[in-house]
Amino acid sequence: MSEPRDTFVPEPERFEFTAAPVHHFDWTRRDFFKITGSGVAVILAVPRGADAQESGRGREFGHALPQEISAWLHIGEDGAVTVFTGKVEVGQNIRTSLAQSVADELRVPFESVRMVMGDTARTPWDMGTFGSRSTPTMAPQLRRAASALRDLLVELAAKRWNLPPGGLKANAARVADPASGRSATYAELASGQKLAQTIPAEDPVTPASQWTVAGQPLPKVDGRAFVTGRHQYTPDIRPEGVLCGKVLRAPAFGATLVSLDSREAQAMPGVTVVRDGEFVGVAAPRWRDAERALAALRAEWKTMPQPSRSEIFTYLKNNVEPGGERNARRETGSVDSALAAAPHLLAETYTVAYIAHAPLEPRAALAEWKDGSLTVWTGSQRPFAVRDELAAAFHLAEDRVRVIVPDTGSAYGGKHTGEAAVEAARIARAANRPVSLLWTREEEFTWAYFRPAGVIEVKSAVTQDGRLLAWEFHNYNSGAAGIGTPYAVENQRIEYHPVRSPLRQGSYRALAATANHFARESHMDELARAVGMDPLEFRLKNLTDERLRAAFQAAAKAFGWPGKKERPGQGFGLGGGVEKAGYVATCAEVRVDRASAEVRVARVVTAFECGAIVNPDGLRNQVMGANIMGLGGALFEAVEFENGRVTNPRFSEYRVPRFQDVPRMDVVLLDRKDLPSAGAGECPIVGLAPAVANAIFDATGARLRALPMVPNGLKV
Amino acid sequence: MGEPLQIQVNGTRHSVAADPETPLLWVLREDLGLTGTKYGCGEGACGACSVLVGGNLRRSCQVPLRAAAGKAITTIEGLEQNGRLHPVQQAFLDAGAFQCACCTSGMIVSGVALLGQFPSPSPQQITQFLQGNICRCGTYPRIADAIARAAEAMRKARP
Repeated sequence: MSEPRDTFVPEPERFEFTAAPVHHFDWTRRDFFKITGSGVAVILAVPRGADAQESGRGREFGHALPQEISAWLHIGEDGAVTVFTGKVEVGQNIRTSLAQSVADELRVPFESVRMVMGDTARTPWDMGTFGSRSTPTMAPQLRRAASALRDLLVELAAKRWNLPPGGLKANAARVADPASGRSATYAELASGQKLAQTIPAEDPVTPASQWTVAGQPLPKVDGRAFVTGRHQYTPDIRPEGVLCGKVLRAPAFGATLVSLDSREAQAMPGVTVVRDGEFVGVAAPRWRDAERALAALRAEWKTMPQPSRSEIFTYLKNNVEPGGERNARRETGSVDSALAAAPHLLAETYTVAYIAHAPLEPRAALAEWKDGSLTVWTGSQRPFAVRDELAAAFHLAEDRVRVIVPDTGSAYGGKHTGEAAVEAARIARAANRPVSLLWTREEEFTWAYFRPAGVIEVKSAVTQDGRLLAWEFHNYNSGAAGIGTPYAVENQRIEYHPVRSPLRQGSYRALAATANHFARESHMDELARAVGMDPLEFRLKNLTDERLRAAFQAAAKAFGWPGKKERPGQGFGLGGGVEKAGYVATCAEVRVDRASAEVRVARVVTAFECGAIVNPDGLRNQVMGANIMGLGGALFEAVEFENGRVTNPRFSEYRVPRFQDVPRMDVVLLDRKDLPSAGAGECPIVGLAPAVANAIFDATGARLRALPMVPNGLKV
Repeated sequence: MGEPLQIQVNGTRHSVAADPETPLLWVLREDLGLTGTKYGCGEGACGACSVLVGGNLRRSCQVPLRAAAGKAITTIEGLEQNGRLHPVQQAFLDAGAFQCACCTSGMIVSGVALLGQFPSPSPQQITQFLQGNICRCGTYPRIADAIARAAEAMRKARP
C-alpha cells in the first residue's frame, strides 16, 4: 500500500512565503575576498532542484563564480575557519551543531570554527530557518564544502612539497606527509593565497560512524556571553543617537484610521510623529517618552464586526475556501463501503484553539539609514525575506538593504515576517536617526500571527480483532502538516480544507502536525478501547513502519508501559508519529485531583529518532523543550478573542508552562548512524498532547477532544 | 523632570536625569547601557528583567527609578567578579541551562537571590521560588539542575 503522506506537500507548505528575491546584485571574486580576507575558500554551488529552494537560489556571483551559492567556507592566513550561511540561531543550537559538522569534516578543532550567520550582506541567500531543514540540508552542504576545502589544502601542500596528494593526510588542522614526517598547518598553507574554488554539492562526506566532533555533546557556542548578559539581542544594540520607536495600533483587527490629531505628541520634546497611510508611528528619545507620545495621539478608528472565539469552530466549518489550491486530498480504496460494512465504527470531532508563540524576545528591530541605504538588525527566521520586504516597502534595490540577524530570543515559527523591521525603518526615515523598536508583550500577543485554530473530523472502522479497515480524516483550517496516517489502512480519505481565518495565522513549531497528531492518536486510543485492546498493542498491530515501531517500543520500555495504577486519579497514555523525518513516541502519566480539579502531568517519557545524532546534548534539550512547550498547548494555552480584539494579551492572562508545570521527563535518543540526520526542533512536540489526552481518559474516563484540554481544570 | 537621582549599580554611582516614575528596567537599558536585563512583559509576570535592589529580588519593570534611588542595585553584569563567573553563572554554563537564553539573565539573578535565601534548596523550593520566571524554550529542568549545582559549589567554597 502506498504511503498517503507522500502525496502532501512537505513542510514548508501553506504558511511559508516562497517568493524568490526579485533583484540580484553581482558579486565579484574581489568582493568575496574583501569580505573574507586572504586565504583559501570553498564556495558551495547547489544544482537547481529541491535543495536550491532551501538555500542558494538566485544569487548572482559575477562571471567567474556560479549562480547557485548556498554557503561558503573560508580559512584565513591565521588558520581561522569562517563559515558563511544564511541560517540563523534562535535557540535551536544550530550555530553549535553546524560548526561541529564543519570541524569534523575539515579536521580542525571545534574552537577554530566561527559561524557568520543570517547577514544578507555577508552570507549567501537562504530561504529561512524553519521546517526542521537546517540539519538535513545545511549540515551536509557544509560538510561537502569542508571536505573540498580539506582537499584543496592537501593539494596546496602537495604542490609545495612536489608530491602526489594521494599520500598526504589531513588531521588536526595540518597536512602531513607520513613518509617524510613533513607537515604544514592549514594556516601556513592558506597564507598568501587568494584561492577560491567552487564545488558541486554532491561530493561524498564522512559517514556518521566515523564522526569525531559531530556526535559529541558539545556546549553551546558563546555560552559565556549569554550567562553574563553580554550577548546583544536586537533590542540590546544601541548605536549613538538611537531613538525609541513605537507604532500606534488599531483597537481591533481590520480597523481603519478615520482621523488623527498628533499636535500634542508632536509638541513633546524630541518626538517625531510619522503618518503614512494607515501607519502611524512615533520616535522619542526613550521608551517612556515614546509611550507618552503614543498616548497623546488622538485617533479615531472605524471597526467592523468579526467572529469571536465562542463561535470560531462553527465559523471555520462554514467558511471553507471553495476549490482553493492549497486544498490537499488523498483517497485510496473505498472508504464509504468499508465504513458501511464495518463491525466497529467511530466518528469524532477534535478541535484546537489559536495559540501564540510568545517568544521571550518580542519582535524587534533596529533600523539605520545612511546615504540612501538601509541596515536593519532584527530577530527573524528569514533575513532575506525581510530584506525583500524592506526593499519593496521602501522601493529600494536589494543592494541598498542589509538585514542582520543577531542570535535571537527564540521564534518557534513565529518570526517569519518583517513587520518590526519595516516599522523601525519607516520611523527611522522620518526621524532621520537610528530607531530601535521592540514590540510590547501586548503587541506581540495581538499583532503577531497565531498558530491556526482548527476542526478535525475523524471517521474510522476497525475489525473485532483490532485491524484498521477505514480511515477518513478532515482538517479544517489548521493545516496539512502531519495529516497522513502512518498506520496501514487500505481505505483512506484524507483531506485538508483551507479556510479564510478570521485571525492572522502562520507557522508554529511543527505547524498542524500537533493538531493532526492529537486527533489521530486520540482517535487510535478510542479505537483500541472500543475493541478492548491495549493501546500500544493496537498501534503495533496496525503499524509496519519499522522506525516508528522502534520508537513506540523504546518509549514503552523506558516508561514501563502499561504502567500500574497505585492511586486514584492516576492514568497512563501514549501517542506518537512521524514528522519532518523524525520519529517520536511519547508516554505520559497524569494525576487528576478530583477535589481541586487539577490535572497534573507527572511524568513523560519520549523516545525520539532523527537519524544520526549531531549533538546529543542539544538534542535532549530540544526534546525536553518541545515537551514543555507542547504541554502549554495541550493543557491551557489559548488566544481569547472577541470581535477583533485579543482579550488575554499578557503573561498574567495567557498561561504558558512554568516551573511547577514541569513533569519528570526521560528522553530516550535512538541514534541511527546509518541514516541521514533529520531536524529535531519540531517533531518531538507532536506526541505530547495525545499522550496526555489518553492518560486523562485512562485516569478519569473523560475523553477530551479539544485543545487546550483543561484551561480551567477538570471536573469529573 | 527635576533633580537628577542617584543610583548605585554594580558598585558604580550614577546620576540619572529621568522622570522618577521611569521603570528601573529602562533606566538600566537606555541611560546606563546595561542591556543584560531584558524586557519580557512589562507587568512583572515573566522575570526576564530581574535585578537585586538592596539585596532583594525585584522585577525592574515594576520598580520606579525613585524607589531604586540610593539603593545598591545588582544586575546580571555585576555578578562576574574580576573575570570569574558567579557560581550560578558557571552552573548555567555547565548544565547547558538555556536555549535562546533570553530568560537567562533573569533566571541567574533570581537564582542568586534564591540561594541567598535557601543556601541548600530543595527541588520544591527551587520550583516555587522560580515560578515567576518564564523560559519559553522549556529548559526548566536544566535551570533547576543548574541552581542545585551552584548551591553545591557554593557550599564547597565556604570555609
